Amino acid sequence: MLPEAKKTWSGRINTVTIGATQAEGGTRSFTIAIGGSATLPFLGFEGNFAHPVVAMEVLDVCPQEWPDLLKEPFGSALEKPGPWARRCLEFGADLICLRLLGCHPEHGNRSPDQAAQAVKEVLQAVPAPLVIIGTGNAEKDNEIFPVVAEAAAGENCLIGNIDEKNYKTLVAVCTAYKHKIIAESPCDVNMAKQVNILAQDMGFPVENIVINPSCASLGYGLEYVYSVIERARQAGLKGDRMLGQPIVCDIGTEAWGVKEARVSESEIPEWGSQRRRAPLWEASTAAAYLMAGADLLILRHPEAVEAVKKFSAELAGAAAGAKAPGATD
Amino acid sequence: MGVILIAERINGSFKDVGKAIQEKDKAVIHDWIAKQVASGADYLDVNMGAASRNPDDFAWLVEVVAKASPIPLSIDCNRLDMFRIGLKTYRDTAGDRPVLINSTTAEDSKLVPLMEMASEYQASIIGVVMDERGSPQDVDRRLELGAKIFGAAIEAGLATDQIFLDPIAMPLKFMQEQAKNVLNAIQQMTMLSDPPPHISVGLSNISSKAGERKLINRTFMIMAMAVGLDAAILNVCDEDMRNAVATAELVMGQEIYSDAYLKAYRQRGAAQA
Repeated sequence: MLPEAKKTWSGRINTVTIGATQAEGGTRSFTIAIGGSATLPFLGFEGNFAHPVVAMEVLDVCPQEWPDLLKEPFGSALEKPGPWARRCLEFGADLICLRLLGCHPEHGNRSPDQAAQAVKEVLQAVPAPLVIIGTGNAEKDNEIFPVVAEAAAGENCLIGNIDEKNYKTLVAVCTAYKHKIIAESPCDVNMAKQVNILAQDMGFPVENIVINPSCASLGYGLEYVYSVIERARQAGLKGDRMLGQPIVCDIGTEAWGVKEARVSESEIPEWGSQRRRAPLWEASTAAAYLMAGADLLILRHPEAVEAVKKFSAELAGAAAGAKAPGATD
Repeated sequence: MGVILIAERINGSFKDVGKAIQEKDKAVIHDWIAKQVASGADYLDVNMGAASRNPDDFAWLVEVVAKASPIPLSIDCNRLDMFRIGLKTYRDTAGDRPVLINSTTAEDSKLVPLMEMASEYQASIIGVVMDERGSPQDVDRRLELGAKIFGAAIEAGLATDQIFLDPIAMPLKFMQEQAKNVLNAIQQMTMLSDPPPHISVGLSNISSKAGERKLINRTFMIMAMAVGLDAAILNVCDEDMRNAVATAELVMGQEIYSDAYLKAYRQRGAAQA
């Protein structure tokens, strides 16, 4: 008889719940729990494996730089975040990720009030929980976060990103308005831990943090991020509280920024149809991160969302039905 | 993950605790529970020392600590009747929470009944490598007795991670050559099984009657960690000690580095309290 090969871990990844129903002080019709796994991805026969969820990305402004094939499924809905968010739910998104790109000084420099307006519009348009991501410009983020967090008060949103240098404002407003936080660290497990410690030191519970390891697209350093996620996840499962957080992979931005998604068939004929290739590039990138341990994926193209959800369900189903090597029962 | 810290301060040999036991003064005990838990203790050792030989006093002490402590207890005495009453009181007060028996020796008259108790209470147990012939003076004897205790524990149905072996740290001041023997014994005990049992020492013994007690404790602790020690009964309120242990855990690759690692280590206690 083969020896029992199941592995049990002493730790467990935290569960971070996003959204609040009316009973909980919000207006969402459901909430979404991310994280909670007690074992490595898709090894459901060993312990609880929490199914990853997919958020679809919505911008506060009509996207200027998206290729036509990415705009096409959404049609005129792209002009307003509310209708856009509704389309995303029709395409099977579990929740919505609103990126306030239009507030970036170089992409429109919209005001904090306009940012808050976009947040309110999405909250009114859809019943799903909301992830909100700032501009990535620290100075501007610190202007918009207080206003945005207040506008979404009670809705228990997941807001990001904080990093090692810029965390105090968002931590303070998320404490005040009771939101969850995304902590970003550029492909660096030591930094991921550091940001969590800093946030906790301000009194913010690490149980309310989601780790963003700064994703890279397939072909552009994905394997480095993959290793960071693996290391963080194993440390978390071994009981390291400062790395026991769920992981978000913000994939759309990366996958749609590389030439494999952007170059047309006429430019490089041997790469084949861009229409098929580009969503596939996004889906393949996401699939790799699923296997590394991602709990929340942020995606753009509906076909990528569909493919990733199917892939994830198939893997989870196979694992749940499989017997552990050496199992006798 | 990390060294298991067994906090030594609730011991009747310390004057304040001894007096508290005699006067049934809970406040002093509660104070030490809070301080040690906040310092990141994993277990609170409970020992009457010379304050009393009355089992009823021990039951009182165990109940007071078990009621107020968010972390498991280490039931520390040397008489079988005291262990029985201590463990029963703990179960009655703390339910199914983990507990540590501190300790058995390799003498059959203790080893056999204490392993039975460990099995009955699903307790972890510390086995000190001495027997009716006394404490070992060399490495081989330490290993021989360690193996005997380990075997008895496995036979009693304990899991490897419920077994703690104590190779006996001896005073540097009086038995200087023994320090190296203890380090060698620790290293070899890690080869008893895979995964190995926990290896623990009563740390303050090493500095008994010496000057520079804290420095000696700390230096020995880190050297012992380097060869496989993963538990100790010690003064968890010694901040220099905790910082050195946290750093050693990084050096050993047991923790993932971050610039604020000392902060994270300090927060361990806050998380438990």
